[in-house]
Amino acid sequence: MQTIDELIAAAPVFDGLAREQLELIAGCGSNEHVEEGALLLREGEPANRYFLIRRGSVALEVHMPGRGPLRIETLDPGDAVGLSWLFEPYRWQLDARALEPCDVIGFDAVCLRGKIEADHELGYQLMRRFASNLVDRLQATRLQLLDVYGRDRASA
Amino acid sequence: MVPEPLEVVSRRQDTADTWTLELQRPSGDPLAFAPGQFTMLSAGGAGEVPISISGDPDRPDRLVHTVRAVGLATEAICAAEPGRRLAARGPFGEPWPVEQVADGADVVIAAGGIGLAPLRPAILWLLARRERYGRLVLLYGGRSPDQLLYHDELGSWADRGMEVLVTVDSAGPEWLGRVGVVTRLVSRAGLAGGSGFAMACGPEVMMRFTVAALREAGVDGDRVFVSMERNMQCGIGHCGHCQLGPTLVCRDGPVYRWSELEPWLAIREL
Repeated sequence: MQTIDELIAAAPVFDGLAREQLELIAGCGSNEHVEEGALLLREGEPANRYFLIRRGSVALEVHMPGRGPLRIETLDPGDAVGLSWLFEPYRWQLDARALEPCDVIGFDAVCLRGKIEADHELGYQLMRRFASNLVDRLQATRLQLLDVYGRDRASA
Repeated sequence: MVPEPLEVVSRRQDTADTWTLELQRPSGDPLAFAPGQFTMLSAGGAGEVPISISGDPDRPDRLVHTVRAVGLATEAICAAEPGRRLAARGPFGEPWPVEQVADGADVVIAAGGIGLAPLRPAILWLLARRERYGRLVLLYGGRSPDQLLYHDELGSWADRGMEVLVTVDSAGPEWLGRVGVVTRLVSRAGLAGGSGFAMACGPEVMMRFTVAALREAGVDGDRVFVSMERNMQCGIGHCGHCQLGPTLVCRDGPVYRWSELEPWLAIREL
């Protein structure tokens, strides 16, 4: 059976980290199972945990009054669920809902924030990776805003 | 040059504003075409428009067009009931390079919105020769679930050995598939790069970012092909309306090798 540091080593967001750094991160993590439909994150709540998907998929949603949840992105195995744990004021800005039964690694963000305060090299490496993730999602969001599939073509 | 009458054999509504029409010659003679080619299509006096062929190249007895009603000419075409006659010139244009794909090579098809229609002939051609290739991967993005084309066929393509990854820009909770832009499917697909081929069609901005993602994944720009749309009017390279750099899209395109097109796309005034 693989240990948590071995499991997270394959995730893009932890790619290239040293063994000791993976072990430090893994010390704040645990294997968890999430049932279909369960909320992993809820908008407005303290960002004290985040997740790495091992199996299953998770939707990021914004709740629209009168319309219910609007799904804005889905995440797959290897993706990190939750970025706000690393940035003040440490509050979730979206809901994250399991679309099917999921196996995840759940991290205690308070534990990890404490470790990166004490080890700035680890903090820099994590910040680099999560910032890159943020840039990717920002670019994807910009493309979504462009609404490129609007009514402008008869046939491609 | 002279438009040829074609009879509407069937008409199917794909989405709220998009229809697929099957046409045939009144004589029943086949009308051969290559994947990626287009015709100049018209209905009565409503004007002529370039429409990509979306049918099976191994079935030239039917000319299939998937058309989005966005103006006078396309609304008239989409309204044509079975039995009615349309007029078409063509087929025109450079096709997808399906014949150039080496045996054993992986092929990635990236489609955005109605851009799946011009790629459908290439998909059907490749699937009919499935044993020749490595991975066949379709990355398809749409605006919303109700605007995806060929719902019924996507599953059958998967059954025939194509990896089909679909995403939409936004969706309600009833949609169980992926949500996000099509460019993010490139990393999901786990492409190996190397000798793989890629063919992309969709809005130009979508193709630009998708090709960038494909190249980041290791696909060589010389083996990436895109289908362009410009203001095509004559269809045979005479009028010059569809000029793109030193090329005319109707004659030299619509399918281009990305590495040859890229310098011209970087010039914003074109």
